[in-house]
Amino acid sequence: MIATLKLSARNLLRYRRRTLLTAGLITLGVVALLIFVASAGAFKQTMVGEITDSMLGHLQVHRKGYQAATDNSPLNLNLQPNAVSKVEDFLKANPDVAAYSKRVKMGAMFSNYAETSAIRLNGIEPEAEDTTVPALRNRILDGEKIGPLVKEGELLLPTLLARGLKVKVGDSVVLVVTNASGSVNARPFTVRGILDQVTGPGGRDGYIHIKDARELLRMEKPEVMEIAVRLKNINMLERVQQGLATQLDTIRNKEDKPATELHSWKELSPFATIVKMIDMMTLFIRVMLIAIVLVSVMNVMLMAVYERIREIGTLAAIGTRPGKIMGIFLGEGLLLGLVGAVAGVAISYALVAIFHVWPISFTFGRNALALVPVLATGEVLLVLGLAILVSALASLQPAWRAANMDPVTALRHV
Amino acid sequence: MALIQATAIKKNYRVGEIDVPALKGIDFEIEKSAFVAIVGPSGSGKSTMLNLIGCLDHPSSGTLLVNDTEVARLSRNAAAAFRGEHLGFVFQDFNLVPVLTAYENVEYPLLMVRGWAESKRRERVMKILEAVGMADQAHKRPDQLSGGQKQRVAVARALVGEPKLVLADEPTANLDHDTAYRILNLMKQMRDESGTTFVFSTHDPKIMGEAEVTFILEDGLLSRQGAQQ
Repeated sequence: MIATLKLSARNLLRYRRRTLLTAGLITLGVVALLIFVASAGAFKQTMVGEITDSMLGHLQVHRKGYQAATDNSPLNLNLQPNAVSKVEDFLKANPDVAAYSKRVKMGAMFSNYAETSAIRLNGIEPEAEDTTVPALRNRILDGEKIGPLVKEGELLLPTLLARGLKVKVGDSVVLVVTNASGSVNARPFTVRGILDQVTGPGGRDGYIHIKDARELLRMEKPEVMEIAVRLKNINMLERVQQGLATQLDTIRNKEDKPATELHSWKELSPFATIVKMIDMMTLFIRVMLIAIVLVSVMNVMLMAVYERIREIGTLAAIGTRPGKIMGIFLGEGLLLGLVGAVAGVAISYALVAIFHVWPISFTFGRNALALVPVLATGEVLLVLGLAILVSALASLQPAWRAANMDPVTALRHV
Repeated sequence: MALIQATAIKKNYRVGEIDVPALKGIDFEIEKSAFVAIVGPSGSGKSTMLNLIGCLDHPSSGTLLVNDTEVARLSRNAAAAFRGEHLGFVFQDFNLVPVLTAYENVEYPLLMVRGWAESKRRERVMKILEAVGMADQAHKRPDQLSGGQKQRVAVARALVGEPKLVLADEPTANLDHDTAYRILNLMKQMRDESGTTFVFSTHDPKIMGEAEVTFILEDGLLSRQGAQQ
């Protein structure tokens, strides 16, 4: 085996320029794929982290039908206290759930006493919200960044609204709300902080204390519109969602139908579609890599066989078995793929190290992002394995041709 | 018992729709340790006869026993194994592997065909390289050797596995006269030392005189046999 590989390596060095060009092409393909995957992975991770950690959470529980009507901020699709209690029991008992936060959501009119604008509000329990969406605090551009996210009588205001209505931290404003029975309620609030807005649903919402929200809506019972859930590991999302959905199905309404619905961030944010597109592009680039390796290695190996017909005849004449001749050529293809892929991986690691020193900066929507690509070991091994496997496959036909060559014809070849 | 026994060997080549006969039913025997020349003009069937004896090709009909084995019936793999075990080859163009040194070319059959251990290989390769006078050139690649030196290495490669039979197809055709004689003498010397049977083809009348037995092929027929010197 080692002797065969050594001979294969010598044969590759026989045509240095051709070997270098082919290996270089494979290297280029591997670098392109790995850098794309690393950058796309980092982009996905950054965006998903921002969306889930600063507003959505990983999962959300609503009363059945709420999500379909969410754009209207419905006030008659609340989770009743007994349902909330059951949901909380399930969440507390689940070892994969890190935290959850109950929310009361509503549409309101926001006034600075001179002008008025519409606003969507989240009534939150500050401590629970802080642990469920820990990056929400990072969005506070101006105002108190330590202590509770929001206190009673205070409001976190999205930056565009604050700028549009020329409101600053510490200013007094009024929120006007129409409740479920149609009566209007209003009360003054002090602006505690200005929030940076993020891409996606809820990215331009304001925040008040849940007690204030219930008071504005004149709720008699501690009803909830939304329960956001944070998992210990986002990679467990599908499994946890499936388990929780089964449990939540046991909470039934008067018609004996499921009273709740459970959605993951993927179903709530349009960014999930972008993630799917990125995954499709990754797949497409993988196919391109396979094509590059397949065509270049097969071309080189076919040329190698054609140029060495007499040599193949000689090896066969002196007793080399067809399997061993095949091994020599397969070895050449394998080594070509291995050298190209290993060089590609090394260059990719070097580029990623450079990107760690000088991150790629760009804006997504209104957000400025610094992208730091990360090469996952699994992806590197997959690409390495793919390049080597495809190289071996590409040299299979030329190697088979060499092994099955008629020695007499081969020896006569000029 | 002869090393090679051929009975009514015919070999036809298909050219388009026509069968062209290369050997038209030849019978011959070659004894062990013989030094045999197959002589004839170009296209007379010399290479065909060597290819059949060397299990590189199958006869169209007839029986061919080499070292008591009916070589015409061997499969591709079995033929390769038989060649590796019992035969050695020397070619007109030397046919050394260009990426290997002289030492590695001679070592090749022991390493890649027979799978001998390193120490055993080294001992045998150095011994045969010394015997052909190439030990001091062992590290050189074929492109650094003269024609005569290449053919010495080729003879060493053919003999390194101590085969029963060495087949040489026009081994002196690409060498000058003096070198050709030296190569033939080397082959004869090796035959004397190891008892290996040598069968070589040539169309050079001066070279054929060096053989102990001469077969003359003309138009696919073995017209004369056994010109013992």
